[in-house]
Parts: sequence; C-alpha cells; structure tokens
Amino acid sequence: MLRLENVTAHYGTIQALKGVSINVNEGEIVTVIGANGAGKTTLLKTICGLVSATSGKVYFYDMDITNLPTSDIVAAGIVMVPEGRRIFPRMTVLENLQLGGYLNRNKSETKANMERVFELFPILKDRLHQIAGTLSGGEQQMLAIGRALMSRPKLLLLDEPSMGLAPKIVLSIFDIIRQINREGTTILLVEQNAHMALSTAHKAYVLETGRILMEDTAEKLLHNEQVRKAYLGEA
Amino acid sequence: MFAEQILNGLTLGSTYALIALGYTMVYGILELINFAHSEIYMTGAFIGLIMVTVYKMPFPLALIIAMAGSCLLGVTIEKVAYKPLRKSTRIAPLISAIGVSIFLQNAALILAGPQVRAFPVNFKSASIKLGQSIQMSSLQLLILLISIILMVGLHFLIHRTKLGQAMRATAQDKEAAQLMGIKIDRVISFTFAIGSALGGAAGVLVGVYFNSVDPMMGFFPGLKGFVAAVLGGIGNIPGAMLGGLILGIVEVLGAVYMSRYKDAIAFAVLIIILLVKPTGLLGRKLQEKV
Ligand SMILES: Nc1ncnc2c1ncn2[C@@H]1O[C@H](COP(=O)(O)OP(=O)(O)O)[C@@H](O)[C@H]1O
Ligand SMILES: [Mg+2]
Repeated sequence: MLRLENVTAHYGTIQALKGVSINVNEGEIVTVIGANGAGKTTLLKTICGLVSATSGKVYFYDMDITNLPTSDIVAAGIVMVPEGRRIFPRMTVLENLQLGGYLNRNKSETKANMERVFELFPILKDRLHQIAGTLSGGEQQMLAIGRALMSRPKLLLLDEPSMGLAPKIVLSIFDIIRQINREGTTILLVEQNAHMALSTAHKAYVLETGRILMEDTAEKLLHNEQVRKAYLGEA
Repeated sequence: MFAEQILNGLTLGSTYALIALGYTMVYGILELINFAHSEIYMTGAFIGLIMVTVYKMPFPLALIIAMAGSCLLGVTIEKVAYKPLRKSTRIAPLISAIGVSIFLQNAALILAGPQVRAFPVNFKSASIKLGQSIQMSSLQLLILLISIILMVGLHFLIHRTKLGQAMRATAQDKEAAQLMGIKIDRVISFTFAIGSALGGAAGVLVGVYFNSVDPMMGFFPGLKGFVAAVLGGIGNIPGAMLGGLILGIVEVLGAVYMSRYKDAIAFAVLIIILLVKPTGLLGRKLQEKV
C-alpha cells in the first residue's frame, strides 16, 4: 500500500534520512521505533509532503506521491497525527473536528464521520464546545486522532501518540489504535516507546540516525536481544 | 461638543481600524509587518479618484473597483515580494516590504505627480442632528456606516465560512493546517486580498473625508493603522477594530487641546502601549505562539 524506496531528506546540510526503504501492507499496523533524533518525525513528514525528499520515491498504491503538495496527499487518503498533537488550541473541539473533514464537502458524510469519532472517543462529544487548548493531554491526543479520522483516511500516520501521557492513558490510546486498525484503517506508527509499539504492531522497523537497522515482525523484534538492550531498557 | 468629538473620533478611528485589519491579518498568518500596506491604501484612493473623476462612476461603484484594484495589488505584492522569501530569515521579507513601499510611492509620484488632488464626490453634504446638540455630517455617517458594514462582513467571513475557518487554522498552526488538506498558499493569498481590499477602501474613504489624495498620503495613516493594530494586539482581529476606534477618539480629543501635536499622539500611544502592555489590549501572551 505504501512503499518508500531509498528516501533521503535534508535540513540544510544535515541529512536526516539516509536512504530509507519501508513497506506497509494494507490492513497492517507497522511501527518504526527509534531514539530521539533518529529521523522518525522526518520520515512521516516526508511521506505527507511537509518535508521534501531529496532523492528516492514514495509510492501509495501504485501512485508516485513523492513531494506532492500535502493537500493532494491528504486527498489521496494519507493523514498524519503530528508529534505533540498540534490541535488548533484556540478553536473548539467541534471546529477542530470540522477542520479534519475540511476536504469533504458532503455534509451528511461529515456528520456520519463525526458520529464514528464520538463512538471511539465519547469524551469529545461531552467537550464539543470547549476550547481545545484547555483539554487535558490525553483528551488532546484523542482529539488529534479523531480529527485525523474525520477524513476517513486509508492510511493513518501516528507520530509518538504516547508522548507525555500517563501510562494508563497510553494504554487506552493504544487500545483505540488497535480498534481503528480492526475497523479497516492501515496504520504507520512511529514511537520511542518501543515496548508499546512492538506489542501493538504487526511489523516493525528500527531506525537509527536516518537508516533502517532492522526489519522483522514486531513479535520477533520484541524478543530480539539487541532491541531489548537498546530500546527496551534491559541490561 | 464632547459627544460630537467622540463621533469625529469614531469616524476617523473606523478608517484606522480598516487599515489596522490589513496589518493584523497578514501578521497573524505570516508574522510579517506588511510595510507596503500604506501604499495599497494610497493606491486604493487613487483608483477611487480616477473612477469618480475620469470615468464619472457613482461613488459606490468607484469604491468597489478601488477595493478590487487594491486587492489585486496586495495579492501581487505577496506573490512577487514575500512568497519567494518565505523560507529565508525573518528580516528578509521585512526589507522587501520596505522596498515595495518605496517603489510604489515613487511609481505614484511619476504617474500622478506630487500635487495634492481634491476628491470630489457628488452627494449632498447635509448635516444630521442627533438628539439636542449633536451634529454629524452625512459624509461622516457614510464613512462610519461603510466601515461598520465592511467589519461586520469580515467578522462573518472569518467566523461563519469555511474559508474563514481555514484562515484561522492557518494562523494558529500552518503545518497542522496543511495536514487538514488546506492549501495554505491559497489562504495566504486570500488574507492579502481581503486585508488589501479593506486598506484600499480606507484610502477612498479618507480621501473623500479630507478631500485630498496624493502619493505620500499613505504615510501617516499607514503608521497609525499599524499603531492601532499594536494597540489592539497585533494578529488579533477584534483588537485591530478596537485599537483603531480608540486611537481615532484619542487623536481627535487630543487635537482639541494640542492641535500642533495631532500626528504625534499616535506615537505617544504606541510608546505607552509598548511600555505598559506590549501584547496590546486583546493580545495573547507571546509565549503561547510556539
Ligand atoms: N527543522 C529542523 N531543522 C534542522 N534539523 C532538524 C529539523 N528537524 C529535525 N532536525 C534534525 O533531523 C534529525 C531527525 O529529527 P527527527 O526526524 O525530528 O527525529 P525523531 O522524530 O526521531 O526524534 C535530528 O538530528 C534533528 O536534529
Ligand atoms: Mg519526532
């Protein structure tokens, strides 16, 4: 469904991606784990056109989407939930959700999509007219995911959804990620929280300083000696 | 007498508010002070003048064409002078803005000459009695009404339309806005279009009010519109409206007591606001904008 071939990306002279190739099959949860600064965010931004690839190709189904404008990539069905949630803090929950459905002109579809978001996150319905910036961290993460789902993406990109959240809330967010996947949305998840990510995903990649170091089923990487040492904090 | 001065202040202030909106909308989205805004205002006045005197158009039509012309000018300036610099240092578009401003002033000097022209409009300037002792000219009433209509229209656009929602989203977080599928280049163009149309309208209204149009006419009103925007909290739309009205009233009342310093009052206001509340009356804390 999504295929990256030897993608590189730069910030000025800094090379953040040094030839990354990954593959995401339809229906899967694929995760990319890596330490802070490994290039995880850059990878997702390159997929959705916020950072331009300096070489290599990004294919979505059989369409070459390398360096297309972000609005076209969103229209094609790839939506990202950015690191740090990035909800619109001075708008209401409702307006944030409406913006998630910005490209859909069909009012009844938008309404149905919103109902689906409320089924996943009932709390958002209670907070509908609250200013988004006043929500708790967990609620903001739910809003960010709900907002992304408003366009019914085929592929959902999640950038560190566990960041800054209490363990209990992280668990419930990951439950919902699994549920979204079961309901038919393919997911590419990047995480520093390797334990959560590997226990949720089907397939996993390890990214280190802009390069893919390992690739295997999440199950196997979870039990891999090297991964356990470097990313799961085991001596 | 006092109430009349307040009305005078509101009339003048409503034109400052229109100018301030252009500054504040552009700043809200690009964090750029569009120094060419005062020349967009001047250009609007000239287009209005030409439509009325050369093409003998009725005033409302002349106003609309002046707004359309200013709008086109604003969008062009953004495309030519600011957009190519969007990824460079913050000072670069600022310098470019000053360059555009000087260019437009001189282009107007060459095309129209330095002389001050009258802006004759053909309507009965009756004076309207409000209550016992308050008088207002029909021209003042017209200016006030047009300004209010434009501001209400802007409020509607920003809070009740999808485009307005996209503009607010882009102002809050450009990257997140792109992730919603918003074409932010288009939103930025629209912002310049609307801000410039309001600036051009202000140029026409002030040109008519003082019956005078010239290539340098944008200088003081431009600065005052900027002060009004800062007073209200730069980037804040209701703030720009409030700032404009307050500045107009302060200036008119101040001029009663010290008419020689009329133009200095705005700068005194600027200095005071920067000392006392740099974020402006309705401005947010600066740290909130990450
Ligand atoms: N806007 C930027 N400008 C310059 N360098 C950046 C920028 N964003 C990220 N980097 C650099 O690119 C590398 C990868 O960063 P990032 O993709 O954010 O990593 P991660 O998300 O895995 O923490 C880091 O070395 C980081 O310092
Ligand atoms: Mg990151």
